[in-house]
Amino acid sequence: MRHPDTIDVSFYEKHKTVHNKRIDGPFRRFKWLIMAVTLAIYYGTPWIRWDRGPYAPNQAVLVDLAHRRFYMFGIEIWPQEFYFVAGLLIMAGIGLFLVTSAVGRAWCGYSCPQTVWTDLYQHVDRFIDGDRNARMRLDAAPWGPKKIARRALKWTIYLVIGFWTGGAWIMYFADAPTLTHDFWTGHAVAAAYITVAVLTATTFILGGFMREQVCIYMCPWPRIQSAMMDEKSLTVTYKDWRGEPRGSFKKAQKDPKAFGDCIDCNMCVAVCPTGIDIREGPQIGCITCALCIDACDKVMGEIGRPRGLIDYITLEDAEREKAGGAPRPAWKALLRPRTVAYFTVWGAIGLAMLFALGNRSHTALSAAPDRNPPYMLMSDGSVRNSYTLKLRNMESRPRQLRIALGGLPGATMWSDEIGREDASRALKTGVPADSTASLRVYVIAPPNTPGQEFEFDVTSLDEQVEMAETTTHFSAPGDE
Amino acid sequence: MANKRIDEATGTQTVGHEWDGIEELDTPMPRWWLWTFYITIVFAVGYVIAYPAVPMFHKGTEGVLGWSSRGQLAHEMDEHQAALKPMLAAIGAVPVEKLPDNTALMRAAVTGGRAAFKVNCVQCHGAGAAGSKGYPNLNDDDWLWGGDLKAIEYTITHGARQPGDAQTHQSQMPAFGTGILTSAQIDQVASHVLSLSGKARDNAAGAQLFAQNCAVCHGAAGTGNRTVGAPNLADAIWLYGGTRDDIAAQVTNPRHGAMPAWGGRLDPVTIKMLAAYVHSLGGGEDFVEVAPAAKTDAAP
Repeated sequence: MRHPDTIDVSFYEKHKTVHNKRIDGPFRRFKWLIMAVTLAIYYGTPWIRWDRGPYAPNQAVLVDLAHRRFYMFGIEIWPQEFYFVAGLLIMAGIGLFLVTSAVGRAWCGYSCPQTVWTDLYQHVDRFIDGDRNARMRLDAAPWGPKKIARRALKWTIYLVIGFWTGGAWIMYFADAPTLTHDFWTGHAVAAAYITVAVLTATTFILGGFMREQVCIYMCPWPRIQSAMMDEKSLTVTYKDWRGEPRGSFKKAQKDPKAFGDCIDCNMCVAVCPTGIDIREGPQIGCITCALCIDACDKVMGEIGRPRGLIDYITLEDAEREKAGGAPRPAWKALLRPRTVAYFTVWGAIGLAMLFALGNRSHTALSAAPDRNPPYMLMSDGSVRNSYTLKLRNMESRPRQLRIALGGLPGATMWSDEIGREDASRALKTGVPADSTASLRVYVIAPPNTPGQEFEFDVTSLDEQVEMAETTTHFSAPGDE
Repeated sequence: MANKRIDEATGTQTVGHEWDGIEELDTPMPRWWLWTFYITIVFAVGYVIAYPAVPMFHKGTEGVLGWSSRGQLAHEMDEHQAALKPMLAAIGAVPVEKLPDNTALMRAAVTGGRAAFKVNCVQCHGAGAAGSKGYPNLNDDDWLWGGDLKAIEYTITHGARQPGDAQTHQSQMPAFGTGILTSAQIDQVASHVLSLSGKARDNAAGAQLFAQNCAVCHGAAGTGNRTVGAPNLADAIWLYGGTRDDIAAQVTNPRHGAMPAWGGRLDPVTIKMLAAYVHSLGGGEDFVEVAPAAKTDAAP
């Protein structure tokens, strides 16, 4: 113990660059696959075309902020339907709960953007500077022309990847081919250039340099996850009861009884992308990417020991195995009440949203009565009320709508499109594609009509025959 | 301050204060913080020179750039006016009765008129143009001086009973209570007037008095005459109230509302837009090329 007066006061742990070694194995190949799929989705999605007819954009996924529309393949979301997006976010949240309670920090290990881009940048390191040992030598070497050239090349590639990443992001917010053209000809909006600049910088810094520091010090998710995992969640574990006491292969061969399976080859540390030693037990720096499993399995194979000294196992099963119990297949850990409950909730929200999407009306109507004056006495004693109707057409084509009065006997109406001489109980109007039209309507009722509620009914004059209605108030003298 | 000493653990000097054994280290400000602070001082000096900043006795310093929030507002207003110019010119070039032929122009005129109405007209006619007793309601279909676009434009331009405007609407109803009719006769006339819109039983005496004294302006059936601004007495709309007392009071000693002649105060385009707005409120009449003399509304 150090004397309190001479304690070395430092809250900052100096950053040690992680030079992780190349490894091959089932988990590494799975990571390759996930990386390819997620990057393809991210970079490629905005370029998928989707024919919506002449009145709507033909980009499959588009967040059209200027026109306040969100397009996702066959689905089009208006701002007032943003709860669908909220629902998707809730599903994403519960999905994370589900994954975490079943397989621990699988999100961190395989599909978190920070992990995917860090992985990508580490492959760039390996491609330019060689594997772990070569990189460590280069790092320690003094600056010279060769090192400068290597670094310049590497950081240029970092920048290109960062720029490509930032560039792909803005494609989700405008027509991708048009925006690409505008971007390179200098005609895109300032926000596009700023967004690309910011995202290029963040990708360059977070992926190129900060890497595991983000996971260990910046990200809240590992902290939240540790609250959601329990003793039944799968996690990457070093089976110390099998490995300890560790000793080199030679020593272990001389005296097999005195040593465990771990030959202290340090491979699990060398391949770790966050630079931790999994043998110290579960820790915040472990993103459970399982590359150490690949590394250890390979070594165990070479020295003729069974695989799985480091493996996916639940804390509960670890205790059982430690006590001499039979190992349980990992997949059995997936099916338990908690994961089933999460999956049920997740599925229920998804089904409810699908149901709501399938049943939502593409026609809507609202009526705002004039409040000043609330009613108007005409010279023949009849009473007139004025309304501003909002007619919403969510189809990607212009539609004809028929508006009719429901109730209010003897009343007729006209609008700012047709004159009073053509007043009747129903009128037709057109609404442009994918928009809300405003129509001023005058409703006139015979003398002495009392104030009362009535309806505007709207019917689409097409093969869909969608209907909508709204109840509003008709004001009359003595109504106040 | 005698207690300054070097702190053993950190090697930093203390500031010399001590409270219950707690001391404060005299750690220097971080360099980045100090530089930020110095830069803000430099910025402040530049700002005070360039922009209005220091309050003086009557007005503040103006700054060498000559910027002011009021000046910026004026500039933005000028820009806005300049942007409106082509549209206003287009409205000015079209006779008011032809405005509805051009939907976009009519819509622009109504919008402009609504804004001008809020500034110039709501004081009497109300925010919703519904008027009040003595101030005509502009939403309905009862017009003293005509309700087509041209007639409305004329009324706004020249007003009613405006001295100094030769073309202003003039009408004068005699005060029948000052020696022309007795108060009993006025009651009978009032009853007859109410009977025109079915609100009272007719009486022969009242009818006869009406024919002798009132029909010359209001017409035999009481349906009014727009050329002299005589109101229609057979409809449901009453400018000064529709009770027997209201009518009797108006016959005894009539009130005559006045409206300013806006021709001298507002430019012709604004008046045209006001006419379009008032016409759009729901009671506007179609313009007929050769206006028939004293178009009358059919009584119910």
